[in-house]
Amino acid sequence: MTHGTLLRQITDYANRADPYPLYAELRKTPVLHEEDGPYVVSTYWEIRGLLHDPRISSDARNLSPAAARLSPEVAGATEEEEGSGLPPSFLRLDPPEHDRLRRMAMTPFGPPHTPRRIHEMRGELTRIVADLIDGFGDRTRIDLVDSFSYPFPVTVICRLLGIPREDETRFHTWADTIAASLDPDPSADPVERRRVAQGARTELGMYLSGLIEERRRTPGDDLLSALAAGHGPDGQMSHLEVLTTAALLLIAGHETTVNLITNGMLTLLRNPPVLQRLRDEPGLAVPLVEELLRFEPPVQLLPQRTTLADIEIAGTTVPKGASLWLILASGNRDPRRFADPDRFDPDRPDIQHLGFGSGIHSCFGAPLARLEAQIALAELARRLEGPHLVEDPPPYRRNAVLRGPRHLNIAFDRLVG
Amino acid sequence: MPADGTLERLRREGRIVIVGASLAGLRAAETLRVEGFTGSLTLIGDEPAEPYDRPPLSKQVLLGKAAADRTTLPRRREIDATWRLGVAATGLDMAARTVRLADGDEVEYDRLLITTGVRARPWPHELEAELDGVFVLRDRDDAARLYARLRAGPRRVVVIGAGFTGSEIASACRERGLPVTVVERGAAPLVGALGAVVGEVAAALQREHGVDLRCGAMVTRLEGDSAGRLCRAHLADGETVDTDVAVVALGATRNTEWLAGSGLGAGPRGIACDAGCRAFDASGIVTDDIFAAGDVARSPHPLFGYQFLSLEHWGNAVAQAEIAAHNMIHASADRRPHLNVPAFWSSQFGVNIKSVGVPPMGEQLLIAQGALAERRFTGVYGYQGRVIAAVTFDQTKWLDFYQRQIESAAPFPPAFTTVDRRAENLHPVPAGFPDPSQPTHGPTVTVSGYSPTDRRITFTPARV
Repeated sequence: MTHGTLLRQITDYANRADPYPLYAELRKTPVLHEEDGPYVVSTYWEIRGLLHDPRISSDARNLSPAAARLSPEVAGATEEEEGSGLPPSFLRLDPPEHDRLRRMAMTPFGPPHTPRRIHEMRGELTRIVADLIDGFGDRTRIDLVDSFSYPFPVTVICRLLGIPREDETRFHTWADTIAASLDPDPSADPVERRRVAQGARTELGMYLSGLIEERRRTPGDDLLSALAAGHGPDGQMSHLEVLTTAALLLIAGHETTVNLITNGMLTLLRNPPVLQRLRDEPGLAVPLVEELLRFEPPVQLLPQRTTLADIEIAGTTVPKGASLWLILASGNRDPRRFADPDRFDPDRPDIQHLGFGSGIHSCFGAPLARLEAQIALAELARRLEGPHLVEDPPPYRRNAVLRGPRHLNIAFDRLVG
Repeated sequence: MPADGTLERLRREGRIVIVGASLAGLRAAETLRVEGFTGSLTLIGDEPAEPYDRPPLSKQVLLGKAAADRTTLPRRREIDATWRLGVAATGLDMAARTVRLADGDEVEYDRLLITTGVRARPWPHELEAELDGVFVLRDRDDAARLYARLRAGPRRVVVIGAGFTGSEIASACRERGLPVTVVERGAAPLVGALGAVVGEVAAALQREHGVDLRCGAMVTRLEGDSAGRLCRAHLADGETVDTDVAVVALGATRNTEWLAGSGLGAGPRGIACDAGCRAFDASGIVTDDIFAAGDVARSPHPLFGYQFLSLEHWGNAVAQAEIAAHNMIHASADRRPHLNVPAFWSSQFGVNIKSVGVPPMGEQLLIAQGALAERRFTGVYGYQGRVIAAVTFDQTKWLDFYQRQIESAAPFPPAFTTVDRRAENLHPVPAGFPDPSQPTHGPTVTVSGYSPTDRRITFTPARV
């Protein structure tokens, strides 16, 4: 197997259901570089080092022209996001702009200023989960993605941002359309798909824009109000910055959590003794979700990094301006870091996984994602009696970056109250 | 020569005594059990309380966000030990392998670990130190007493010494809205630990938060009223500050007096030991049954020119305790060196300060990322052309990278571009550490040489 084919196989849909043997192959060359391609880093310590390396930029403007040409098509999400006409979110910026925007977004969201915001959502999250499961009705066979893992995070982000309940349905529709565009169906007409997605994006942008104006005038208790009206030592966000940040929270927030929950249920159904344990001891959800983030991370790779200088990684010199791919999911299964890495083990000690990245761009929404997944999986385990997979492996989304099943058909005997 | 059988017996039924029941002692005990030691384990501590965490004492506790008696360290596992708390060790007989206790008891050991740590350096004038209103801050009772007094709303607090502890106390007082005067002998707060350039940032931070900061100043006398209550502090320049609370934050003294005359290589600067935590005897020969870890230990670090470092760092105590515990029950071929890179953090005036490496060894400083003026930056210290330390103000997440730079003896100044590198910071500047021959307050790291020719980078520890 040549290196070139290895790299192509990562994006090849045929390997989506189980990319891990490929990653094992990849780790034999910690820094893989094929002609004109990105530098692909697949081992734990090297990835971790790069996530903390100030010579690595997240700003695409630092890519060399040659590297820029080959970058966008791999990072489907980037291309689509950039098509939105909005300035880049802090995800795609370097300090100091990144720090300022992220800090302002963090102030109403988490510590040190608002340490309890997410914690206090527990009751509401539990209610949303209960409603969705109740919504299964008399069915004993469902598509978990459509009936549960998808609507759950979208509803949550609506509540968090402060989208009025009556608008939630419209919001879901836009979110669905945009998400579908991130997950291209090869049989669909790409031009038409793009047009529809662009339309949804514009409508969503206009909707949010109006809401931001409203919240700026009469702030509520929600996150959007805080972003729009708040002012700390860093000043206030501009209208456009609030819009970009809200769009980031929406897209990055739900597209990943859907996969975390779906991957989680899939993994549990493949590991019945663990599922049984979770049913008996719901507290297991906490370490279980951490292991899940190691074992089946929703974000498999970060394709948007570039070098600001010539740097040496594991004996390879990566030139300035090169495109770097960090294969988080591969680092998570690096046997030099985790013993018996291909085993799903919620009792694993010292589980510093790369599922949320690390360093200054480490996942902003991690506390929310953790709580959502913990509650969702514990409740599904408790309420579904005799659950099993209808097909294994399930059909996957096209996307190699945000990896997860498109559908997860499961059957069960009955719902427990 | 202990054969394998002897070691096996030690692990199975040996007697291990740990003197010092704090962070390092507890973590060592846990590690011993994790690594299969099933013999008898005794922990001796002069404080009556179970091991507790100290960092909150100068932060959350003074703010009333945590009670002093609620900082007990979490247990990571059962250690099945005999606890001798509230009784100090008073002597060591190396030949008979016994530790003497204050209550007259003697405890025998096959392996001894000393983790007696440090205590606050008291105000040197005894009568003044006994005035009502004069405090130090090291243990739980200190913190509880000081908190009670701060809550009662004194009209002013004088903090003597602007090292990390003194600065954190001043920060807590300001957060409580109390008027604070900080008196620092050096040119700036934290100057001994981080140098004058960074010290100036700390000074500006303090003044901005309303601290009456007096640098290059010294308290010469604490004056009491007729009832024995503190009422005034006299400064060397003749000025006075009316106050009812003074906190003496002049660094720490190592708890080694109980070892005097034992023949162990212990003194005011700590217990000298090798990189594997084995203590030296007074003649410089390594013992094989006595180990030291945590604040009280002083050991050579290969990464820093084999200089003997003694560190009052939380992370160091944990890492060194684990190494000591491992080495106590393993044969020489399986022993591990303590190679942990020193790291320190502090929280004051809303800023998170963290350092790695040994900043006081630094001759030059480069602000590699961010800006001093914004109080958000990463400073890199250079020593003889290599990176020796780094400090961050609210930029902790970059420290891992600079730690790797230190570990790989990367060249200084760094030749590469980074994110957030500012045009005004293209060149290094002198780091501005005080002349080591001039005593100052508050360093947390001391570095000293093997031989007189190495002494040029020795840094003198805090002195009154």
